[in-house]
Amino acid sequence: MHTLTIAGKTYGSRLLVGTGKYKDFAQTKAAIDASGAEIVTVAIRRTNIGQNANEPSLLDVLPPSEYTYLPNTAGCYTAEDAVRTLRLARELLDGHKLVKLEVLGDPHTLYPNVIETISAAKTLIKEGFDVMVYTSDDPIIAKQLEDIGCCAVMPLASLIGSGMGILNPWNLQIIIDTLNVPVLVDAGVGTASDAAIAMELGCDGILMNTAIAGAQDPVLMASAMKKAVQAGREAFLAGRMPKKLYSASPSSPTTGLISK
Amino acid sequence: MMLLHINGNQRSFDSPENGADFTVAFLVQKLGLEGKRLAIERNGEIVPRGVFAETQLISGDKLEIVGAVGGG
Repeated sequence: MHTLTIAGKTYGSRLLVGTGKYKDFAQTKAAIDASGAEIVTVAIRRTNIGQNANEPSLLDVLPPSEYTYLPNTAGCYTAEDAVRTLRLARELLDGHKLVKLEVLGDPHTLYPNVIETISAAKTLIKEGFDVMVYTSDDPIIAKQLEDIGCCAVMPLASLIGSGMGILNPWNLQIIIDTLNVPVLVDAGVGTASDAAIAMELGCDGILMNTAIAGAQDPVLMASAMKKAVQAGREAFLAGRMPKKLYSASPSSPTTGLISK
Repeated sequence: MMLLHINGNQRSFDSPENGADFTVAFLVQKLGLEGKRLAIERNGEIVPRGVFAETQLISGDKLEIVGAVGGG
């Protein structure tokens, strides 16, 4: 009931978190542990050559044996660059297949280029990757991404890093209702209520980074997000009461009131 | 003299003194990256870690050497 299965593997947490923008590795680790996340995203970047040779790496702080790594293609603007990046990630992580594909279309909005995204997804799936794909909240594109074999579809709630929250719950609802693979909100969540709203819609999970790392107290916000995702999930499963517009209904008995 | 483009920068290296081949493994050692977790792409193709010692480089090769960093 509460577990999430992606590409055949089951996870206890429906909250996936990024590892960027933290003050230092200690804060990264503390926040991730407070979030309860089992899947953590990482970026693939050029190694600093000749500098700080003995500096600890992210992989030392978050051992791949304890967390499921989700290498991403952040910063890629073409299908070709995204595919190259994830091939490198697979080599880096000893044949690891689960990846987050994102192909951006514009450096200002970081809005996804869905045409390049679909092209990259096809190549990656052919090469045996399990592709969790970042996309717009267009229900048609989301369905196409499922149809070509993505193992999870991750529409934005609003722009990456914007914290603007769930701007179009209706589109998310259509995507959730239409797809069979897990649907995760990726990007846009700003605070705990946003996460709860997304989960109440029936999302299978949420991926976030800046909402935690950009909070005044990231570790406390990570804890809040963990609870919000759980609360939203339980509310979804419980089934909310119907909204009764302009029609109040008292919770207390209407009889037996004292009188003069 | 070996000229290599590594992570977007051109660098030159002397060949191994013992006349051995200039392999990816030799380069990794030269760069002080031995034992680090990294992945290497040579001219657009992945070089699996298992064949670093057998993969000879030639002048003009373009290499990308990457690792994992924090990201969302």
